[in-house]
Amino acid sequence: MESLIKIENIVKRYDMGAEELYALKNVSFEINKNEYVAIMGPSGSGKSTLMNIIGCLDTPTSGTYILNGKDVSEMDDNELAHIRNKEIGFVFQTFNLLARSNALHNVELPLVYAGISKNERIKIAEDALASVGLEDRMKHKPNELSGGQRQRVAIARALVNNPSLILADEPTGNLDTKTGEEIMALLADLNSKGNTIIIVTHEKDIAKHARRIIKIRDGLIADDTTKPLKGEI
Amino acid sequence: MNFFLETKENFAISFKAITANKMRSILATLGIVIGIAAVTLMQTAIEGINIAFEKSIAAIGADVLYIQKFEWFGKEDFELYRNRRDITMYHFDYIKRNATTVASMCPTMGSPRTIQYGEYSLQNVFAIGTTNEYQETFGIDMEDGRFFTQKESDAGYPVVCIGTDVKNALFPNSNPIGKSIKVGTYSFKVIGVVEKQGSLLGLFSLDNRVIIPAERFTKIFGTRRSISINLKAEDLNNIEDTREEVRSIMRKARKLQPWVKDDFGINQQEAFRQTYEQLTSLIKIIGLIITSLSLIVGSVGITNIMFVSVKERTKEIGIRKAIGAKRSTILMQFLIESATICLMGGFIGLMISFPLSLIINAFVLPTSMPLWVVILGLFISLLFGVLSGFFPAFNASKMDPVESLRYE
Repeated sequence: MESLIKIENIVKRYDMGAEELYALKNVSFEINKNEYVAIMGPSGSGKSTLMNIIGCLDTPTSGTYILNGKDVSEMDDNELAHIRNKEIGFVFQTFNLLARSNALHNVELPLVYAGISKNERIKIAEDALASVGLEDRMKHKPNELSGGQRQRVAIARALVNNPSLILADEPTGNLDTKTGEEIMALLADLNSKGNTIIIVTHEKDIAKHARRIIKIRDGLIADDTTKPLKGEI
Repeated sequence: MNFFLETKENFAISFKAITANKMRSILATLGIVIGIAAVTLMQTAIEGINIAFEKSIAAIGADVLYIQKFEWFGKEDFELYRNRRDITMYHFDYIKRNATTVASMCPTMGSPRTIQYGEYSLQNVFAIGTTNEYQETFGIDMEDGRFFTQKESDAGYPVVCIGTDVKNALFPNSNPIGKSIKVGTYSFKVIGVVEKQGSLLGLFSLDNRVIIPAERFTKIFGTRRSISINLKAEDLNNIEDTREEVRSIMRKARKLQPWVKDDFGINQQEAFRQTYEQLTSLIKIIGLIITSLSLIVGSVGITNIMFVSVKERTKEIGIRKAIGAKRSTILMQFLIESATICLMGGFIGLMISFPLSLIINAFVLPTSMPLWVVILGLFISLLFGVLSGFFPAFNASKMDPVESLRYE
């Protein structure tokens, strides 16, 4: 199996005036391509910090993080922006769509920053929206869409640049159970098509969709279990 | 390519942001609107004043020197000028005999007279006595008839050329040529009408005058007045040489010792120009202060509104950064937004000042807004847009994606 994420001895320290707060004390793990991983932990466990580092929104205080063969732990802001654009698709709990833009434009946006021309952009974005079942909602603004539809737009946006990793932060947190299940089914489907998916959650029901569950507690990995595939036993 | 795409996107964003807050954007831009309207109107007015000035001093002639008892815009005590000796025909003849760089020259003397023709009369008309070279010296064109000849001039024939004001007042319905008019109590035959010359600085008309031979003038009105000796330089480019030559001739004629200052003035158009420039530069400075004040106030308003705009779009900035917007992209986004607001203000300002310039043109002084003023106005608004948007935009570009995503 090819390794996509290689995290070694990651430490994240926050200086809170006189106090030093270790959000991550020493974390190491690897994630292979096409894995479906859930990162679990109670609030304050450091899972959000870990997610931010995996998502290249933040850099570790020490340790190395290799994403898709590139050492991102030492990159500057602009290089990180480039990596986020190319390698990572985010799915957030609160969807984080641009309120004033319609679904199509929201999905187009990563392609704008990737420097892809207008016509090509629209075609790719339309395909991405179609792949999440929203072909008839392209011109709708977020406030004209249901929660589940918004999250589908967000997933289409995450997919549109063909990232090596989809990073979902409590993707069902703002959805009812039924819609949440639909979103999880969509993510499972994406995983079966070859996408690597990491979801960050504190809900067991959600985490169980993943084959591998990494549990974080007090800035350390408390547990890392991979379910055997059916018939593998 | 990438930059171009991002810029296009940034324009779309700023358009959306501005239209989403129409009222706020318009109010924020008010200072810029006033500033641009003021700056363009002021320039237009100055342009108009300049044109009017050039037009009205054209009659003085750039290449003509005026030897007179007084200096124009003289700064010395009036007593000093008053006690000077008169300038007379003797000096005129003396210069005429000796000067080598003078193309033509004529004396002028004058006093206000009442002009009469039949039942019509006109008071306070300036009667000028001069020679036939007057026409060449001042480059006068005739509307009708002719100027007097050397023979008429030397012999002091009772002939007269009249200005258009005089013609209009005395001959509203008839041709004045060949008619006999009274200058004071003396009869003259009208032989020409001088083409309309307008007014000097808009103050007094150059057409409200009659011109007669100097020989005649001194005979009937006497010689007890200082005359003006008017010289047209051979070459405008060497007018300073002519001025020096005439000055030394004049000193010789007046028998001035080397250590004595000139007791006469050599005037030229330049004096008007200098005084005018002093005056307008003052107007310009005052105008500049007023417009920069309103632009600065406007710019602070824009900065303020941009800070608000950045603050309330913190989340948006976070989202954009998360999906790959670089610092420079965010910086440009907000710079373009504030530049667009200011440019809009500039447009509105021009939309206010342009009709106003038409009103000024119609009622105050002939002027038109030059294209460069329009461009300048837009350039200034763009500049202020970038300047006033810089700090907010820089703040936005520096925002931490994690923090800004968390912002509600």
